[in-house]
Amino acid sequence: MDKIQLGEFIKSIDPDLEIKDGKQFTEVLVPSSKLHSLATQLKEKEEAQFDYLFCLSGVDYGHDLGVVYHLRSTIFNHVVVLKTRTSERENPQLDSVSDLWKTADFHEREVYDLLGIKFTNHPDLRRLFLDNSWGFPLRKDYVDDINIVTK
Amino acid sequence: MEEKVKNITTDEQQEYVINMGPQHPSTHGVLRLVVSLKGEIVKNVQPHIGYIHRGIEKMCESITYPQIIHLTDRMDYLSAHINNEAVCLSVEKALEVDIPDRVKVIRTIMSELTRIQSHQLWWASFGMDLGGLTCFFYGLRDREKILDIFEETCGSRMIVSYNCPGGLMYDIHPNFQKRVKDFIKYFRKILPEYDQLLTGNVIFHERSKGIGKLSLKDAISYGITGPSGRASGFSCDVRKHEPYSAYDRIIFKEILFTEGDTYHRYVARIEEMWESMNIIEQLIDNIPDGPFAVKMKPIIKLPEGEYYQRVETARGELGVYIISDGNKNPYRVKFRSPNFVNLSVLNQIASGFKIADLVAIGGSLDLVIPDIDR
Repeated sequence: MDKIQLGEFIKSIDPDLEIKDGKQFTEVLVPSSKLHSLATQLKEKEEAQFDYLFCLSGVDYGHDLGVVYHLRSTIFNHVVVLKTRTSERENPQLDSVSDLWKTADFHEREVYDLLGIKFTNHPDLRRLFLDNSWGFPLRKDYVDDINIVTK
Repeated sequence: MEEKVKNITTDEQQEYVINMGPQHPSTHGVLRLVVSLKGEIVKNVQPHIGYIHRGIEKMCESITYPQIIHLTDRMDYLSAHINNEAVCLSVEKALEVDIPDRVKVIRTIMSELTRIQSHQLWWASFGMDLGGLTCFFYGLRDREKILDIFEETCGSRMIVSYNCPGGLMYDIHPNFQKRVKDFIKYFRKILPEYDQLLTGNVIFHERSKGIGKLSLKDAISYGITGPSGRASGFSCDVRKHEPYSAYDRIIFKEILFTEGDTYHRYVARIEEMWESMNIIEQLIDNIPDGPFAVKMKPIIKLPEGEYYQRVETARGELGVYIISDGNKNPYRVKFRSPNFVNLSVLNQIASGFKIADLVAIGGSLDLVIPDIDR
């Protein structure tokens, strides 16, 4: 499917979703409550078959925390980008997609480690690189007086 | 006495846990594997990583784009040139700069030389993991020849930093073409020796065939790319699917197998060395004339937006995801590193095999630890 067909296809799954035509890929802004059901449909519907999650990144947007999912279909070779956000900074929670794509297991642990986003239903959510005494370094409000020199 | 015997039988049925690493010759760096064993059989492998986590993604947020290139060398230091290229390509794509043909061709040749030297070092250490010490000397001896070419042209042997946004740091050395051709001539004779030494070895076959099988479905689900993924039949070569630099103008084949065991991950890399030599031979006599770099603005600012660039490193697909807010520093940079993803499959494919096979499986995934930790 090309970008336009892909946009129409996602509209047919859920007409409320906001679809942005990015420079490279079709981008879908998903509310965090709908994320898992949309991801399941994108993976399992026969005309989509997004079976390869090639990148999962956590982003601190300043006010919100978010996660960006880059999905590709190895059969049709089309790409879609899902973006979800949560405005909760104290105890941010999102649904895990590690039951759909196993690669999400490590990626989500990394996001949890560096941004502090908790993934519900994750099989083994522990910190990956750092120990528990650290804060969440990739957040924009992270302060480290010793190692980060601010001008 | 009777009680003692009883205890022994219960102990044999118990699982016990040992640490492999952080300092262990077969983990190729500071990787700690917590291995649950039942007798000699591996039941579970949990990788513990982060010993050399430097926070490269965080560092990138406070430096400029040309500076980021020098950090990417330090991720996968064996694919340093290809990592540099990934950042350069995404900056060039964002600014819509047209790159001279000369740059594209030189970048491709350098990338393939990088791939060969990376596979040579892998072959050397993989042989050593399995007890063949000669491989180590053969592999490193031939790798020196490529590093000498790098030294002459880039000024550095491993951490080359030869790319910059808009082209290359400096033009190739006048000897470059001759030395590369000499190397190809030499290595075409030497590579069959690798096969004689290890590929046809019966002990090697026993230790690698059928060990650590990875199915196609799992390879896609875990996102295993590079030769490890292609050995399972996952067609994931970025050079074929999304050609960058000069890959769209040359003929080469993607190495694919369906077996997905340790042996075929090995053969895939050996075949890739042949394929890389073919690519270099197609280009080395046809380096177009022209400038070696486009003049860029002294301060590079990317337009607001998001950019994703994939390249094929020696170990798989490297993705660079840049979010820019229009400043000279990126807002967020994410490196989708191939080793980080490839490591996640270790538990899946090593469970059920013996602990000696874990060494073979780990070696066949070709892990580079700084790329996992970033």
